Amino acid sequence: MEFLSYLINGLGLGSVYAIIALGYTMVYGIAKMLNFAHGDVIMIGAYVAFFALTNFGLPLIPAVLLSVIVCTVLGVTIERLAYKPLRQASSLSVLITAIGVSYFLQNGAQLLWSSATKVFPAVISNGSLNIGSLQISYLTLITICVCILVMAALTLFINRTSTGRAMRACSEDKGAAALMGINVNFIISVTFAIGSGLAAIASVLLCSTYPSVFPTLGAMPGIKAFTAAVFGGIGSIPGAFLGGLLLGVIEILAKAYISTQLSDAIVFAVLIVVLLIKPTGLLGRKLSEKV
Amino acid sequence: MADRKVILDIQGLGIDFGGLTAVNDLNMQVYEGEIAGLIGPNGAGKTTVFNMLTKVYQPTRGKIFFDGMDLEKKNVVDTTKAGIARTFQNIRLFSGLSVLDNVLTGYHNAITYSPVEAVLRLHSYRRQEREAREKALELLDIMELKDDAEVIAGNLPYGAQRRLEIARALATGPKLLLLDEPAAGMNPQETEELMKMIRFIRDHFEISVLLIEHDMKLVMGICERITVLNYGMMLSQGTPEQIQADPAVIKAYLGD
Repeated sequence: MEFLSYLINGLGLGSVYAIIALGYTMVYGIAKMLNFAHGDVIMIGAYVAFFALTNFGLPLIPAVLLSVIVCTVLGVTIERLAYKPLRQASSLSVLITAIGVSYFLQNGAQLLWSSATKVFPAVISNGSLNIGSLQISYLTLITICVCILVMAALTLFINRTSTGRAMRACSEDKGAAALMGINVNFIISVTFAIGSGLAAIASVLLCSTYPSVFPTLGAMPGIKAFTAAVFGGIGSIPGAFLGGLLLGVIEILAKAYISTQLSDAIVFAVLIVVLLIKPTGLLGRKLSEKV
Repeated sequence: MADRKVILDIQGLGIDFGGLTAVNDLNMQVYEGEIAGLIGPNGAGKTTVFNMLTKVYQPTRGKIFFDGMDLEKKNVVDTTKAGIARTFQNIRLFSGLSVLDNVLTGYHNAITYSPVEAVLRLHSYRRQEREAREKALELLDIMELKDDAEVIAGNLPYGAQRRLEIARALATGPKLLLLDEPAAGMNPQETEELMKMIRFIRDHFEISVLLIEHDMKLVMGICERITVLNYGMMLSQGTPEQIQADPAVIKAYLGD
C-alpha cells in the first residue's frame, strides 16, 4: 500500500515533468534547438499566476489563463528576438543564446520582484481521496488528469489538423515543407507558443505542490524535464510523456527507499544507463545517415 | 506554338556562387500545356535552374516571369502559392509521415480552418479535412499508390517514392510542375509507365511540365521542346529531332 502511494505521487510529479518536457521536445523536433530558457518561462508563469491570485484576487481558472497568455506571448517573443536572427547560425550559437536568455529572465525577475521567496497560495484543494488505507491528494489526481488531457489534446492536434501536419513536415524537412507552401517561420512560432503555454500550466501545478516562488525556481524542474525529454527520446511527443512520468516515479521511489539526498543523482544515473543502452532514448527515432 | 500562351519566361538568368558562375545568360520559355525538357551533362546547372525558379536560390542576374508575374521579390512559399511545384533529384519526402499525410501537406494552403475550429471539431474542419482527404486519395489513385495510403513513406520502394513526390507536388495545385530526374533509379518498364503518367497528368490537370532527365528515351519520347545546358550556358534549344541532330549537343555528350 505504501508502495502504491509512492507510485501515484511519482506519477503526479512525473506529470508536471511531462508537461514541461513537451515544450523541450516540440521545440527540438521542429526548430532543432535546445531552448534552455524554457525553465525560466515556467518561472515567469509562476509569478504571473502568483500576482493574479494574490494582488488581483482572480479565481484559479482566470489566473491560469492569464499566465498561459503571458507565457505564450513571451515564448513567441523570445523566439522572434533571440532565436530567429540565428536561424542560419551554428547550433552552438543558438545554445549559448538560449543560456543568455535564461539568465536574462532570471535576473530580470530578481530585479523586478526581488530574490525573496514568495509563498504561492493554496488554490487547489488540499483534501485527499481515501481508498482503504491508501491516501491520494486531490492535487496529485488533478495534476495527473491535466497531464493526460494535455497529452490527448496535443496528440489530436498534431495528428489530425493541417497545422499539426505542417509541424510534422517541418520537423522532417523544412526546405521541402516550404516548397509545399508551408510558412516555416509561422510553424516555429506556433511551436514556441504551445510549448510556452504548457509551461504556464506546469508552473501552476508545480507551485501548488511546492508553494514557493523565486527567480530561479524554473532551473531544476527545467533540467529534470529536459532530462525526461532526452530519456523518452527528444523530438518524440509520446517519449516526453513517458520520460516525464518515469522520471517522476524514479525520483519519488529513490527518495522513499534509498536516499533523499541522492535522489537527483539516481535520476541522472538512470538517464546515463538508458542512453548507454539506447542512445536515442526510449522512443526516439534512429538517425540513419545516408552514405 | 505561336497561339499558345507563355507560362514561364526566363530572361538572361544567371547565378554566381562566390567566384563560380553556375548558370549564365539562360533564356527559355515554357508554354501552357507543354511538356518541356532541360538536359545536359552532370554539373551543367540544371537543378540550379530549378532552385532559382522556386526561389531556393536568388538569381544573381536576369528575370523570371511566371504566369505574367515577376518572381524577383518572391520567396519559396510565394512560388508555391503562385503555382510552381517540384520534385527533387534526391527524394525529399517527409519519410516519417504516412503516404496520405505527405500528400495532405500539399493542401496546407487550401485548408483554411483555424486551430480553434479544429479543436471544437466544427463543420468547417470536418468538411475541409474530408475534402482534402478525398482529393489526396484521388491523386494517389492516379499515381497508383492508393493501396499504400497508410504506409510510412520512407518504407516505400524507390520508384513508388518518386511517384509519391509527384502526387505531393500536384496537391499544391500547380500550373507548372518541375520534375527533377523523375525516372532516376527506375527500370525500363517503370519508366514506360512514368511517361504515360506524365502525359496523363498534363492532360488531366491541364498543366505544363518542365523536366530534367538523363534517360534519353523518356526525354525524346515525351518532350515537345528541349533546352540543352552545358557548363551553365545554353548549348542548344529545339524539338527532339533538332536536338538529336545538333553537332554541338553530340559533342558535349560524347566528346570529340
